[in-house]
Amino acid sequence: MNAADPDTLVRIRHLVKSYSRGGQRVPVLTDINIDIRRGEFLGLMGPSGSGKSTLLNMIAGIDKPDSGEVLIEGVDIARLSEAELAHWRAAHVGFIFQFYNLMPVLNAFENVELPLTLTRLSRRERRERAEMALELVGLADRMAHLPSELSGGQQQRVAIARAIITDPTLLVADEPTGDLDRASAEDILALLDRLNTELGKTIIMVTHDRRAADQAHLIMYLEKGELSTSADIAERSVRASRHH
Amino acid sequence: MHFLKLILRNGLRHKLRSGLTVLGLVVAILSFGLLQTIVDAWYAGADAAAANRLVTRNAVSLVFPMPIHYGQRIRAVDGVTGVAPANWFGGVYRDTSMANFFPRFAVDPVPYFAMYPEYRLDEDEFRTFLRDRKGAIIGRKIAENHGFKIGDVIPIQGDIFPGNWEFTVRAIYDGAQPSTDTSLMFFHYEYLNESLKKRAPARADKVGVFVVSIDDVDRAADIGREIDELFRNSAAETLTETEKAFQIGFAKQTEAIVIAVRFVSYVVIAIILAVMANTMSMTARERMAEYATLKALGFQPAFVGGLILGESLAIAVAGAALGIGLTFPIGHWFASQMGTLFPVFGVSRETILLQASCALIVGVVAALLPMRRAAGVKIVEGLRFVG
Repeated sequence: MNAADPDTLVRIRHLVKSYSRGGQRVPVLTDINIDIRRGEFLGLMGPSGSGKSTLLNMIAGIDKPDSGEVLIEGVDIARLSEAELAHWRAAHVGFIFQFYNLMPVLNAFENVELPLTLTRLSRRERRERAEMALELVGLADRMAHLPSELSGGQQQRVAIARAIITDPTLLVADEPTGDLDRASAEDILALLDRLNTELGKTIIMVTHDRRAADQAHLIMYLEKGELSTSADIAERSVRASRHH
Repeated sequence: MHFLKLILRNGLRHKLRSGLTVLGLVVAILSFGLLQTIVDAWYAGADAAAANRLVTRNAVSLVFPMPIHYGQRIRAVDGVTGVAPANWFGGVYRDTSMANFFPRFAVDPVPYFAMYPEYRLDEDEFRTFLRDRKGAIIGRKIAENHGFKIGDVIPIQGDIFPGNWEFTVRAIYDGAQPSTDTSLMFFHYEYLNESLKKRAPARADKVGVFVVSIDDVDRAADIGREIDELFRNSAAETLTETEKAFQIGFAKQTEAIVIAVRFVSYVVIAIILAVMANTMSMTARERMAEYATLKALGFQPAFVGGLILGESLAIAVAGAALGIGLTFPIGHWFASQMGTLFPVFGVSRETILLQASCALIVGVVAALLPMRRAAGVKIVEGLRFVG
């Protein structure tokens, strides 16, 4: 797999990120290299503070690395200005947050329609798309409901509808089931799986939950700023058992 | 569309908080308007003064009178077309409350009213007044406030000029303009002077001011100097100035109060600005995660800043509309409670513009810091924010 490979959607090279805490630089990610194929459903796991959300934020273009490249479809988004990044995010990224992050004063339909107000679509086209997205997530009958009138699972489905409404290149989900009960979590994971398998959406999901991660087709682990795949871990485990 | 929806619905999100902020603005804008109107009323006399009228008074102070015979010499000055003596009478009608106060002047009526065409008199009533030495002319506002009509007797307890005085209403004048003062009472100077000759001869044949009409307003300063030159080195030197300057000088005697009133009116605005800024800061702080979400979705910082500015302006406009609307009825009520202390008490267009401008400034300034903070917040930090 290389930069010219049309199947590679995300290509990260020598990514370094640290935070300043109490006047000291605390490294979070050290020399991360990763390629994510188009249509992949990637689960990103790791202990708290391992840097998985930081990595996700950088892929989504809401945070910038200290050094290295974050190439999405060949565009190094780390080099874009804030205004350019905002345009880029609107066109290429769909966000699914742990706490849904819906606008509490807008109803389900208006929340889903919100990202489309940044496009040139007519009011009718926006309406059709928003209705379609809400139908897709099974909430056609809840369009006029405010977020406060919906359950957590329903709110997350509205958030997913909002994330896919612009037909983005990439869906990023940060602990999408972290605030949900088991049944709702499974509904959401099934929905994400449908988006991936039926609509071919590339999904990168950060999660603590092993069962949620199992829904992904590829799992990566971040620990102490370093990345490994499930295959690497399996190999290390086999080597360790042979050694003993 | 969503922009306006977000502004309006966010504005109504905390109804109690927004309601109290609007209420604070209403009180501030209303108070500001009333205080500004009081200041305007203070200078209303100067605004209504005519350019072709001068006032000659004792150079030492208005308290000291001048001999009445000065009038003949003033009349002889080139450019002078008329001279009328006028004397502040004072006195008490019923009691010393503001409700029963109205200014009273002893004047030489024929030249005096010839100089004041803005006092509209019925000719028959005026002729009847001239024939009655105890007659009085009162303004329409006094007549309405106290229910006086032609033929009624107004008893006045003298203070500057002691004794019990009685005047019969013979004419009621109207104002040519809404700004004309119709809260004055006039009676014959001759009646006062004759009474003084009997009761206090030393005070007779003296007058407080001469109102002087001139033929050329451009020569007002020269004519004033010529008049004062006539009485240089006399026992009662004079000071002649335009009626406007005289009225302003009169108002300036209490200028400290006017300055204080004006200062307080702006302090009220400063206080509501602080309250509003606090409200908007709290609001923006609570919604930081929402602003970060909007930015993550691709909305520019200007959109986020615009939401805060729009909400602040919406609250300011609501407060201003209610405050300005209430200024009229409450100003009317206030004026009625003040009797004739403020003979001309009207909310001017300038005051309304000032009220609206202050509200807009409050709306914009209160939003500045929260706008800057919300527009500048890093998305990852904003998403973690718990208000």
